[in-house]
Amino acid sequence: MTTLATRRQAGPGGSTTSRPARPGTSSVGRPGFAWALPATIFFALFALVPLAAVAVLSFTSWSGLGDPEFVGLENWETLIADPVMLKSLWLSLLFIVLGVVTQTPLSILLGVWAAGHQRNRAVLSAIYFIPLLLSSAAISVLWRALLDPNFGLPGQLPWLFGDGNLLGTQAGAIGVLIFVGMWQFTPFHTLIYQGAAKGIPPVLYQAASIDGAGMMRQFFSITLPQLRNTAITSIILMVVGGLTTFETVLILTNGGPGTDTTITAFYMYQEAFQSFDFGVGSAIALVLVVVATLISLVVVKVSGYDKMNSSLEGL
Amino acid sequence: MKTRPNYFAGIGSFIWLLIVAIPLYVMLSGTFQTREEFGDNGPLSFPTSFTLQNYADAITSGFGRYFLNTVVVTVGVVAIVLLLVPPLSYAIVRSRSRAASFVFRFFLLGLAIPAQAVIVPVFYLINAVGLYDNLLGIILPTAAFALPICTLILSGTMRDITGELYEAMAMDGASPARAFFRLVLPLSKGGISTIAVFSALQAWNGFLFPLILTQSESTRVVTLGLFNFQTQYGINIPGLLAAVTLSMVPVLLVYLFARRALVQGLMGAGGK
Repeated sequence: MTTLATRRQAGPGGSTTSRPARPGTSSVGRPGFAWALPATIFFALFALVPLAAVAVLSFTSWSGLGDPEFVGLENWETLIADPVMLKSLWLSLLFIVLGVVTQTPLSILLGVWAAGHQRNRAVLSAIYFIPLLLSSAAISVLWRALLDPNFGLPGQLPWLFGDGNLLGTQAGAIGVLIFVGMWQFTPFHTLIYQGAAKGIPPVLYQAASIDGAGMMRQFFSITLPQLRNTAITSIILMVVGGLTTFETVLILTNGGPGTDTTITAFYMYQEAFQSFDFGVGSAIALVLVVVATLISLVVVKVSGYDKMNSSLEGL
Repeated sequence: MKTRPNYFAGIGSFIWLLIVAIPLYVMLSGTFQTREEFGDNGPLSFPTSFTLQNYADAITSGFGRYFLNTVVVTVGVVAIVLLLVPPLSYAIVRSRSRAASFVFRFFLLGLAIPAQAVIVPVFYLINAVGLYDNLLGIILPTAAFALPICTLILSGTMRDITGELYEAMAMDGASPARAFFRLVLPLSKGGISTIAVFSALQAWNGFLFPLILTQSESTRVVTLGLFNFQTQYGINIPGLLAAVTLSMVPVLLVYLFARRALVQGLMGAGGK
């Protein structure tokens, strides 16, 4: 499959760089900038230009028909006065915090365990990994069916689920969304912790053993500090992922009950594509980008990641 | 190295195994039961009958068409990624031009742009060029958003090609294009299959772009079909589970046969 596909690009790839090779060794395998252009233009068109456009659109009124109309700060005034917007930001923050707090310890434990030498480890890791492959839509539909008050698990396990109408209360709905997020994303974070834990030099553990450090001590004094860089990457991904959670909210709770799980990303979709107020939708989208960038910067700053030169510092 | 088994972590990982596996078991066993049996016995019971009716229901309710659409989208996305990313990564890794290293930072920045942030302008753009409700309208933005991570993965692979190999090619007075086709592509096969599998997974599972860029039944993809099925026939849980299972089959098959490529892609996604 790959060879076919790569061969197919022989035509266009060859023609863009048809200028003659300079004699001597310096030009060999030194492609010009032209090689990067097609991908760069394509990406700019669908990601960078829209990012600039969203800022412009946030000052316009557009219902999806005709052309956007400039309205100045109107959308921003609407948003600032909108209680649902403010609530959605708090909910997003709550989602992010709960997501990080539940997924991080679990994926560190599982990742470190999976990096070890236990029997059956490979088989278990293969099963852990499955949720990661499934679409958010499939996962949400699956959990919606599993949690159906009449035909799902709550009917069969009343001692665990109470009256079964989990999605009917705010706490229940948030709990379900956080749990499903955990079910879906822990495998990914486990995987990156597993990769990092495998990379910890064994000599550190050997030295610690000789010094008489027990397993707990080794975990807290060697494993955790060594996973620091990975943890930062993983947490940033969780923050951005939590902030942009969309399918699970749409399919499992539709933002409800009421607006009790309407996080900012979902509110943006509602304003733009259900109320057809694309100006306000764009303003919310811009808020999302700014918040995601700010939180990531704060995580990097607080952790001191930017001042570290190497993950092997101190060795 | 320590040899004492870690019972605490072992028990913890076993509990997590149950949490992952039980829903998958319920899903699979539910698809083979009749609606009556599933409703009467509850989802955790062992199936006493066996029926394929749920799969037949799912397929006749339109999933055949949705599958075809998703296949078209996936093939299109993978083709674009395979056409654009190898030359780009080659330029990033080997070009002496300062613009190339700027482009790399530009794509790293792109990793941080969530699709939600740009869906309104993308919707505007796709409408303006007349691709609304057209599969190509899904393919283009989906491929664009797969580029940053695929570039990161493939340029990582290409960096491993040593300078001596390029020097060896210099004997023939090879052009950059010749070095690309004779040396770089053959030695990057692993990375190329990783990005193919990875972008295919993203395209197959994509939801947001299809949701906002299509509306009719004839352009519906599988993920949207599931959502639609759920809102319309939410009561028919075995049928719903069969549809969910069908949507997962191709991905699980890829996982079975290309596990290495997939895992490497995912590790590359977070491990850098």
